[in-house]
Order: sequence, then C-alpha cells, then structure tokens
Amino acid sequence: MNERAIQSDPIGAGPIRADPIRTDMVIVGAGPVGLFAVFEAGLLNIKCHLIDNLDRPGGQCAELYPDKPIYDIPAVPHCTGQELTDLLMKQIRPFEPTFHFSQQAERLERLDDGRWRLTTSLGRVFEAPVIVIAAGAGSFVPRRLPLPGAEAREGRSLHYAVRRMEDFRGKDLLIAGGGDSALDWTLNLQPLARRLALVHRRDDFRAAPDSVARMRELVAGGTMALHIGQISELHGSPPDLEAVTIKSPKGEVLVPCDTLLAFYGLKMELGPLAEWGLNLDRNLIAVDTATFETNQPGLFAIGDIITYPGKLKLILSGFHEAALMAQKAFKYCFPDEKLVFRYTTSSTDLHEKLGVA
Amino acid sequence: MAVITVIDREGEEHVVDATPGWSVMEIIREHDLPIEAACGGCCACATCHVYVDEAWLAKLEPASDEEDRMLDEAYQVQENSRLSCQIPFSDALDGLKVTLAPEF
Repeated sequence: MNERAIQSDPIGAGPIRADPIRTDMVIVGAGPVGLFAVFEAGLLNIKCHLIDNLDRPGGQCAELYPDKPIYDIPAVPHCTGQELTDLLMKQIRPFEPTFHFSQQAERLERLDDGRWRLTTSLGRVFEAPVIVIAAGAGSFVPRRLPLPGAEAREGRSLHYAVRRMEDFRGKDLLIAGGGDSALDWTLNLQPLARRLALVHRRDDFRAAPDSVARMRELVAGGTMALHIGQISELHGSPPDLEAVTIKSPKGEVLVPCDTLLAFYGLKMELGPLAEWGLNLDRNLIAVDTATFETNQPGLFAIGDIITYPGKLKLILSGFHEAALMAQKAFKYCFPDEKLVFRYTTSSTDLHEKLGVA
Repeated sequence: MAVITVIDREGEEHVVDATPGWSVMEIIREHDLPIEAACGGCCACATCHVYVDEAWLAKLEPASDEEDRMLDEAYQVQENSRLSCQIPFSDALDGLKVTLAPEF
C-alpha cells in the first residue's frame, strides 16, 4: 500500500496538539462510500482527509464482512468486503487522501468565514469549506457490559481496550471474550498480570487456533484460569471491582478480580454527529437528492446514513450519491472557478490527475 | 396467513403476519418491531438475537457453527438463543414464538 496514502495519527500518544489541518473536504467515515467520494472529489481537484473510528479503511466491509461475498457492484461480478476495500484504496491512491483512524468526528462548528471547523476525539482539528458525512450506520465502538455498575467502573476497573499494557501490571485481571482481541491480550498480558483468568460463554473460541492452543497450554500448566460462562454481576464498590459472578447452565461461580477487560466485539452507534443540528429522521439524515447537501450549506451526507424517497442502502447507491455531492462541493471549494464536466476516458486533464497521462 | 408471535423487550406480545421464504428477522423488521439487524442478515453481527420459545426449538434447523460463533457477540445468550436472520420461515413454523433479546 502506498505509504503516502495512509497517514494515521499516532494512537496512545495523548491528545494531538498540532495546528488545524486546512483542506478542501473532510469525509467522516472511510467505508466504501467515503472512499469513493475521494475519487469523485479528486477528479474535481478537491483534496480530502478522512476520519474513521476503526483502525483501517473499509467500514462495515472491513469490520463486519471482510470475507463475505458481494455480488452487486456494477462490473464486479464477485468480490469480498475486503477485496472491495482494497480495490477502492487502489482506485483513490492517485488523489493522496490522508486518513485519520481510531478517532471519532466529535465537534462541528461554523467559522466566521463560512468554513467548518471539525474536531476529533483525539483532538485533531480540521478547517474546510466542505464536510461530508459518510458514516454508514454510525461509528464502530466497543460493546459495553450492560450491567449495573459497569459505567461507573469504566476506565477504572473495567476496560474495553488496552491503551497501555503497563496499566495492567500486577493486576488481578479477568479478560472476557472468545475472539482474537481477547486471546491476543490474554497471551500478551499474562506475563504482566499478577493473576489472569479468561471467561468465555462456551468452550470453543473463534480466535486463531494457534492463540487458542497457547492459551490452553497456560491453563493446563496452571498459569492462568479459564471460566466458561457469562458475566452476570459485578461486585465491589464502584469504581473498584472485587469480583464478578459468572453464570453458566451448571450454576454460578464468584471469580475474584480487580480489573476486567471485556472484548464483546464492536457495535455501530451514531455518536456525536447526532448533535450537529442535522435534520434527522429515525437516525437518518435528510438530504437534497440533487446535491446530497443536508439542511446546512457545505455539510453533505451520502451512503447508508441518509434518507430520501426511494433510498436503497446499497453500496452502488452511495457511489452515485458521492458523484453528485462532489459537483456541488466543488462550488464551495472553488467558488470562482467554472466546472466543466468531463469523462475519465477522454480527458487528458483527468488522465494527469489519475497519473496515467 | 401464517403468523409468528414476537414478544418485545417490554413483554408485549405482537402477532404478526409471516411470509414463507423470509427470515424471521425480516418478518420482525417488516413490522417495525425494534430489531437492529445491523448487518442486514448475512450472519455478520449479533443484533437480531432472539430467544425461541422452548416448544418450537426442536422444529428449527440447528444453528450453524457460523451462527454459534456470532452469538459470542450477543448478550445473555441462553440455550434457546438464535440469530433470527438465520431462521428461514416456512408454513411449518406457523405460530412460532420468539422473544427479542436485550439490546447490546
């Protein structure tokens, strides 16, 4: 992959204190529709930055169904979610988009000169005349334990991610889950933790077989414990944790621990953009179908997150929406320039942009 | 017309028309009952999780390994937990009763 095309912000380095990034278009969401928007914008000389809460491009294609087949992309009879993402990344490479992963678009403000200022959850600030929301069903966030006392413990004795491994040194740690995250962190944190146990609802793991085998060796050697069941209760005075109850068809057991690290996969939620003053209908954004502009000038929305009469949540519909959006976005980016419509087949100007001239 | 009974998270029963050939998730969604079904029915999430009434369990095809794996991302999974997108409805299931699992 082109190194210049992928530039994420450093994770775990604390808030970003750089100057605002001034660009033409900031795209919220690096799923297939956000990626293709880079292409349509790029043909019109519009430079793009993309923000996504995942740590890689592709959105649902990469997170939910990387290996599942897609059959309804025009002229691509068959591809997987990951293959579609890879092809889109290749297609937009000439336009050198910059990616800002593992952060949410958080705050949106209008500047006095009419441009937008957008701030992410890591503190990255953008200033641009055009913002495009291509956020699908929202951003992917960890599923949180829906148990009493869970929220009060979050970030203290209950975690859904590992920011710094050192935070877990000397802890009496319980890790929950059966996927790669749970197993990888079990193996990585076991040497640091004072005591470690893994809990999963069944004695079968979807994580890589090699990790599962190594975990089972540690269990067999008495270095860690494995509990089969589901966490049903948290004990201790929040924000502290003293133990959890693990429930299974065989009954309940009380497992002492002072730190819980839970990996129940990711879910999608609308997040902060619900507060951006958009015209929302059942968590979907209403748009003008001629331009895919929202109720706020210079703020556009495309893909699964929008609604209009006849809307279909198809990737191909999002591609069409991106093309029309770019036409109107051009007017905000280059108010003094006239837009000429050209085909990639014949335009030498477009060939130069695509690097094929 | 065939029907299914859906018990929502408040315990209210909804008897809804069910079209053979649709998945149980699609039937629930068609009637605007609160089911997220984020992935749209390709067994790639666990947000169409339901509990199947015990009387009907034996009449269903057992869950695939793939469905069982996805249930790892559901909450309060029980012996009668299923992903409703993986239950094709047919007339043989006329009267099927399911309860929407807690949102997670």
